[in-house]
Amino acid sequence: MKSLLIYMKDYKKECVLGPLFKLLEAGFDLTVPLVTAAIIDNGIGGQDRGYIMRYGLVLILLAVVGLVCSITAQYFAAKAAVGFAAKLRFALFGHIESLSFAEIDEIGTSTLITRMTSDINQVQSGVNMALRLFLRSPFIVFGAMIMAFFIDVQAALVFVVVIPLLAVVIFGIMAISMPLYKKVQGALDTVLGSTRENLTGVRVIRAFHREKEEEAQFCEDNEFLTKSQLFVGKISALTNPVTYVMINVALVVLLWTSGNQINAGSLTSGDVIALINYLSQILVELIKLANTIVLSNKALACAARVESVMEVKSSLELHNQFVEKAGGKVVFENASMSYKGALEPSVSGVDFTANPGETIGIIGGTGSGKSTLVNLIPRFYDVTQGCVKVDGQDVRDYSLEALRSRIGIVMQKAVLFKGSIRENLLWGNENATEEELKEALEISQSMEFVEKKENGIDSFVEQGGRNLSGGQRQRLTIARALVRKPEILIFDDSTSALDYATDARLRSGLKNLSYHPTIFMVSQRTSSIRHADKIIVLEDGEVIGMGTHDELLKSCEVYAEIHYSQYQNEKEAQKGGTVLC
Amino acid sequence: MLGQKEIIHKVLLYIKHYWWLMAFSLLFAAIAVVLTLYLPILTGDAVDAMIEKGRVDFELLKKLLAQMTVIIAVTGIAQWLMNVANNRITYLVVRDIRRDAFKKLQKLPLKYLDMHSTGEVVSRMIADVDQFADGLLMGFTQAFTGVLTIIGTLFFMLYTNVWITLVVVLVTPLSLFVAAFIAKKTHSMFHKQSEARGEQTGLIDEMIGSQQVVQAYGYEKKALKRFEEINGRLEGYSLRATFFSSITNPATRFVNNLVYAGVGITGAFFALNDYLSIGKLSRFLSYANQYTKPFNEISGVITELQNAITCAGRIFELMEEQEETEQSPVKKKIETASGEMDLEQVYFSYVEDKPLIQNLNLLVKPGQRVAIVGPTGCGKTTIINLIMRFYDVYNGAIKMDGIDIRDLSRENLRSHYGMVLQETWLKDGTILENILFGRKDASREEAIEAAKLSHAHSFIKRLPQGYDTVIKENGENLSQGQRQLLCIARVILCRPSILILDEATSSIDTRTEMQIQSAFQKLMEGRTSFIVAHRLSTIQNADIILVMKDGKIIEQGSHEELLGKKGFYADLYMSQFAIK
Repeated sequence: MKSLLIYMKDYKKECVLGPLFKLLEAGFDLTVPLVTAAIIDNGIGGQDRGYIMRYGLVLILLAVVGLVCSITAQYFAAKAAVGFAAKLRFALFGHIESLSFAEIDEIGTSTLITRMTSDINQVQSGVNMALRLFLRSPFIVFGAMIMAFFIDVQAALVFVVVIPLLAVVIFGIMAISMPLYKKVQGALDTVLGSTRENLTGVRVIRAFHREKEEEAQFCEDNEFLTKSQLFVGKISALTNPVTYVMINVALVVLLWTSGNQINAGSLTSGDVIALINYLSQILVELIKLANTIVLSNKALACAARVESVMEVKSSLELHNQFVEKAGGKVVFENASMSYKGALEPSVSGVDFTANPGETIGIIGGTGSGKSTLVNLIPRFYDVTQGCVKVDGQDVRDYSLEALRSRIGIVMQKAVLFKGSIRENLLWGNENATEEELKEALEISQSMEFVEKKENGIDSFVEQGGRNLSGGQRQRLTIARALVRKPEILIFDDSTSALDYATDARLRSGLKNLSYHPTIFMVSQRTSSIRHADKIIVLEDGEVIGMGTHDELLKSCEVYAEIHYSQYQNEKEAQKGGTVLC
Repeated sequence: MLGQKEIIHKVLLYIKHYWWLMAFSLLFAAIAVVLTLYLPILTGDAVDAMIEKGRVDFELLKKLLAQMTVIIAVTGIAQWLMNVANNRITYLVVRDIRRDAFKKLQKLPLKYLDMHSTGEVVSRMIADVDQFADGLLMGFTQAFTGVLTIIGTLFFMLYTNVWITLVVVLVTPLSLFVAAFIAKKTHSMFHKQSEARGEQTGLIDEMIGSQQVVQAYGYEKKALKRFEEINGRLEGYSLRATFFSSITNPATRFVNNLVYAGVGITGAFFALNDYLSIGKLSRFLSYANQYTKPFNEISGVITELQNAITCAGRIFELMEEQEETEQSPVKKKIETASGEMDLEQVYFSYVEDKPLIQNLNLLVKPGQRVAIVGPTGCGKTTIINLIMRFYDVYNGAIKMDGIDIRDLSRENLRSHYGMVLQETWLKDGTILENILFGRKDASREEAIEAAKLSHAHSFIKRLPQGYDTVIKENGENLSQGQRQLLCIARVILCRPSILILDEATSSIDTRTEMQIQSAFQKLMEGRTSFIVAHRLSTIQNADIILVMKDGKIIEQGSHEELLGKKGFYADLYMSQFAIK
């Protein structure tokens, strides 16, 4: 929480004024019993109608002033809390944007989204409540006790005993039940987990006719949840009755002492009523305080989670050397990269040069490090050894903006954003002309389906591109990369959703681009890369073959295996001495 | 949508099982409320017993205080028992609802589950049920005692003094009006707030969810700008919503203070004329407090209850969904299937006005391999859905060994199939448990045998705990290929007569696929099999290849025959080797 407080610095005034007005209100609350006592003792006792009226009006006045004070306090508290949350949210969003892939992988996007939304909301209501109640409640509790001392020392001793006792009981029950609530939450998570598992595996479960067993397991988890809920329930159900009993036992003792004091003449009946009043005020405030503590604990936990994200520093060291556009030559020099916490490097000792305008194919099994390799070029990850150079300069010496603006990348997962197709394409280059957009659509083989749409290029894309098929989304992401006219174009296994014919047309389109980017083509299909100038074969992160298709078929066993696993006929044909096509 | 009445009726049906707990709860609530209200009378009497110096009736005071002590103890116990009973009712009812909802899930047609996202169904089962529990508990503890308290205080106040009671009764509802007024005013702000919040969450979801693209295209600054704009709006709405809603408390407290002042003043005038003792005045002040409390809480309770009913509505909606149609009345059973399947004039569509499969005819003889190919969305998987009876045909029939599959129980029908899907779903549990998933009576040895046949044995052996290794959530500590091998072992153990492979190898690289293929070859020996694939290389050995397009079978035959036809299949096949 501490490090988050800097976002509060613009609201210092509110943070002081809010609680201050709250205390003022509390002060008025504390005077009410005294006024009542005065009415009873002097007004009724003195048979003075005017006195009763005057003090009655004082009571109403106190109510009005109290109202004004507390509304003012609420305003300042709300302003500080909401403003703080807005600043925090903005800072967190900016911070997350600056994190590199390595950190985002580690934290996980769903976690980040929860931190941004529900956690910050919790912090906001926590701050709001803390500003209003954290000072008020203890103030009233101790204020009431001090007032009691003013009225009568002997009677006040009852307060001195009962307040700590009540505090111990209320906070004790809370301390016992809070960890138990965590357990309940755990049990709930289990129930949630088995429901989710059941839903995702519904086809398999039904195919194997395991519904009954699943049900039995769910009932078991559910039963456990209920048992833990009931157990905590029993304990927290004690809070109200126990506090009730304690405060009223205190009342009995108070009445007995007051009886003695009145008899001795040191106390009036008005005073007794005031004392009773104070007692009930204390009870109300202590319960409020307990609730406040529960809620602020939650808020603190959320704040700590937000803080932990804020503390994650981007592992990318940033330099800001501006470099003019030139060429698109990419060189890997003994480049290695291991993911954080991984035992083995994902890519190790990669050495090769891609000359401007060349097409480089990268192939290998799942998990062989293909994506990792190309992710090193736009610095989504940094090498852990060796280096990657673009146009003779280490990628780490570019500013991220300068580096990435030269690269167009099409990822495996086709992501589009809410908005029109045009808006999505303009991500590639804000200033692209109509012709450039068209060319990109044409080459990416998107034109045929975009044209069919009612509004053509201005058709609406739903969030995540849900209203498009996988192949269509993929083609649009390719178009988006082309709009950029990048010097380096990377396809990260991004043509797998395309059928062979479309894939082939796309490749021939790329050959006819009006500019000549260096192309990196990651694929699992040899058909996508067989015409590349250079093919890199990866296995377990290491380069085990490099060359053209024909060279590799002869020299690289793995490549040949991959190829023939996809073209069995060709192999047979080759055995016969002829090559298909 | 269910009406409120219906929902409440359904909730009551669940509560009915625990009517005795309910009776308990009501009884103890009544005892607690009455005694709580009786206490101020004794307190007032005690105050009256000490008039002034030397005039304190200690005998009476002792007696009153003794009575008070007993009442306090009894009240405390009654309160606790009531709370415990309420807890029990709530959590038991919620348990029953959750159990029934889960049972329902097992019987819902896949059509429903395919149309609703997992997250949505889970949120109904978990979040909604939880919200409902909170509301129910609050309703029980506060609504009933609240009403009883109001009635009780009214009675006791009237019993003490009619005029002062009138003051209390007239002023108190003010707090209700004030609360309602504020709630109405804030409602629109809350609405705007949640709209802005929704918009912001949408942006966060998109930008952070697709951070890679954002960074790749250097969109960070623009994203931040868009965020800032929404954030500013949200701040404005939020401030107003938070502030206005937080006025409710001071406002109702203000009304309470007015009530207090009113009672104080009128009470004092009555006391002046000796119509009211000081003790009775103190009794009134305390009643005024007790009487107003339920009114202050009432708006909270009502929102909570409303919320609970809405949540319950969503759960019951799920539970009202139509279940899968069971076996037809002609109950038949197939002990051992030969593997013959016959699809006769099958019509089917997912959406009524978008016909998908039309007049599909196909006879598969025992042991034949049927491959289904075609572009995405052409209905390949639909055929699998139909023969598995995940969906029912609209027209025509699917027959297994000449018996309409609708005349078989789903259990009997599906026991003859072994299915491997593209998604390699595994359960939380050990490797062994997962292999035994289809046949829990099989021995460990049989499971290991199945794993050997599926080529899974070698990697399982290398895992830290071998067959007892626990698979993490959805198998994240295994590779795709390894998971698929486990799924195959799971099927091998069941020794099905008919094998269904739905894109079983499409998420695996081709070399791993070769290994898995050899496992499949073994598995398919002597079995009828249906293979859905988009890689043509995997299906060339099939006896029948069905080429589908737009829900129809446009070509049918063996690989050679189809190539000879030079039709759609031949095009598709040759495009693999297309050279510019």
